[in-house]
Amino acid sequence: MTIAASIFLLSGATLTLLAGIGILRFPDVFTRANAATKAAGLGIAFLLLGAGLWIGTWEAGIKLGLAAMLQFVTAPISGHVMGRAAYRSGAPLAPITHLDDLALQHEHQEAYRRDLDDTSI
Amino acid sequence: MIVFVLASVLLAVAFALALIRAAIGPTVADRAVAADIGLYVLIGILAVIAAATGRAQFVDVALIGTLLGFLATVALAALVGRQRR
Repeated sequence: MTIAASIFLLSGATLTLLAGIGILRFPDVFTRANAATKAAGLGIAFLLLGAGLWIGTWEAGIKLGLAAMLQFVTAPISGHVMGRAAYRSGAPLAPITHLDDLALQHEHQEAYRRDLDDTSI
Repeated sequence: MIVFVLASVLLAVAFALALIRAAIGPTVADRAVAADIGLYVLIGILAVIAAATGRAQFVDVALIGTLLGFLATVALAALVGRQRR
């Protein structure tokens, strides 16, 4: 039990540290949000599960297991929402980006709006 | 216990790196992501403290922190996305 809890705690802390390194070194907002989401999902869930295993009572185990499950479910949502907001606010993409699907979609919407304006006159 | 010390040191380094990004981040979204990861590191440290001391209060705080962290991120994203390109 103690060994399993130690492994969970250390791997969770290591994943969070990797996210910290990624958030400092990656080139643009979207890759940084990607790295942050990985840690927020798995790293924190591992830390919470490790703490629950270490304490070992039912009360703490259920609460920390619930917290880990919520973290695991909500971390991808928050990462997606933040990336979408960053794109909408006009955050610059890294120079190595090959494909920007949202830009294409944006152009289509603009063209559609122009067509609507033309026909309404 | 050496495990708690090691995990705390790793989390503290992660927090420092996120703080540096929050200070130098060129856009608002960078700072939002860095603040987000800072909150998650805080929840992780609370979990480590709960395991180290065995007190039940820290468990409750960690659970509430997970819930509030998600809400804070979504609210922050709404504020960041409101600036038009």
